[in-house]
Amino acid sequence: MRGQEARDQQLERKAVMATLAQSTGDDIVRLWNEAGLPSEAEFLRGPETGLVTVRGRIGGGGAPFNLGEATVTRATVRLASGEVGHCYVLGRDKQKAKLAAIADALWQDPTRRTEVESKLIAPLQAALASRRERRRAETAATKVDFFTMVRGED
Amino acid sequence: MYVAVKGGEAAIANAHALLADRRRGDRSVPALRLDQIVEQLALGVDRVMSEGSLYDRELAALAIVQARGDMIEAIFLVRAYRTTLPRFGYTRAIDTGAMLVERRVSATYKDLPGGQLLGPTFDYTHRLLDPELAAGGEVAEPLQRASDADAMPRVSAILAREGLIEPDGDMPQDHIPGDITREPLEFPMARDIRLQALSRGDEGFLLALGYSTQRGYARNHPFVGEVRIGEVELELDVPELPFAVPLGSARVTECQMVNQFKGSTKAPPQFTRGYGLVFGQSERKAMAMALCDRALRATEFGEDVVAAAQDEEFVISHSDNVQATGFVEHLKLPHYVDFQAELDLVRRMRAEHDARENAGKAEEKREAAE
Repeated sequence: MRGQEARDQQLERKAVMATLAQSTGDDIVRLWNEAGLPSEAEFLRGPETGLVTVRGRIGGGGAPFNLGEATVTRATVRLASGEVGHCYVLGRDKQKAKLAAIADALWQDPTRRTEVESKLIAPLQAALASRRERRRAETAATKVDFFTMVRGED
Repeated sequence: MYVAVKGGEAAIANAHALLADRRRGDRSVPALRLDQIVEQLALGVDRVMSEGSLYDRELAALAIVQARGDMIEAIFLVRAYRTTLPRFGYTRAIDTGAMLVERRVSATYKDLPGGQLLGPTFDYTHRLLDPELAAGGEVAEPLQRASDADAMPRVSAILAREGLIEPDGDMPQDHIPGDITREPLEFPMARDIRLQALSRGDEGFLLALGYSTQRGYARNHPFVGEVRIGEVELELDVPELPFAVPLGSARVTECQMVNQFKGSTKAPPQFTRGYGLVFGQSERKAMAMALCDRALRATEFGEDVVAAAQDEEFVISHSDNVQATGFVEHLKLPHYVDFQAELDLVRRMRAEHDARENAGKAEEKREAAE
């Protein structure tokens, strides 16, 4: 049971990281300031920019191959209360990486988790969901509806 | 005797200052911002990302403006930049089946699950220049329609059910994907390495080779099983976390080319496949890559290698436009000493040639006189 709980918590933490990674740095900074979240932390690493090699699969689902590189910025921070937060995000936005690492650390503090989730993660998720839904709806409008032409009389 | 010469420093500095001036152009015209290039020249940005082999829109936009719109120069700049950064690792392989699809068409199945989604395509436009665009008119918001959140399986999965198509390409269980950024090219090469080289290869070169296969040089009866464009999520395994870290999404274009195959001593009659996968929205490149991938698999299927597109060493050695431009363009750099040597050699050969001619003529004259 404990193992299951730990796994669930890992999945939740991963979902929070995914939300932060998908969001723009501007959105994160705006919500951060509105929420008045603390941006003080000790940097254990970074923020620093490097590369990851993106892998695809032959034929879509076969053996992996190296497609090309992408820029990634990472940061690791420690809060005064001891929590260590990590972040790896596409791009070169150091401010975003820094705040995302702090958010990861704050989220691990049970006394701050609700605040981080309600004031930062939930609004970011809502914005991402509506952006995704709009994308889908715009693409759906270009779906081809085939119809059969009836030729001749009856 | 070897004489070293120096010079041209002032000329080079002034040439670069002139380049900066010409790049900026008429100062009364507003300077381009990078976000304008990212938003409005998006497919140019995608080409630089794909052939520069670096997914980063702002850097590609900077490269384009710095190169004055010269795409190969921009790709060169991006490749050079890549070498300055440390590498954090290899992502988990992306799942194009889980893509947030922005375009997806199949030329083989009309009614495939998920349907034909045209997306933002140039297809079916009349290719007429638009004066309204020149006048800077407002553009309407796109239409929306409720989307049925159907899964969109890759088209290869549909043919696979009948067993009439070869499976996705496999490699031996313990195979570690090769990396041309780490190891020099060696021929013959495994398909995974070839795909890495093709994905960063020059669009024009691969397009021409793909076209050559259609015109009969290594004909292999291609159909576009599917082209899909959209965003896929990237994940990276890192030692500090017990799960793969989500990095965000990247847009890619995937092409599944389906090819007729009569069968050979090595394989029964079936559909074979060529695969294309590139960064960004780059359909032509993904299709060209898939045509070349299939052509380059000739020996695997026991086909005769008779055309350029099937010649792995020829295709892969010449597909990289940064290498190609480097070697071609180096010809304009000073070759004074080389040329001096050649000049001496040609002078000497000419003198010997003239001496022989004169000797021959003198001989003729002498014979005529006798």
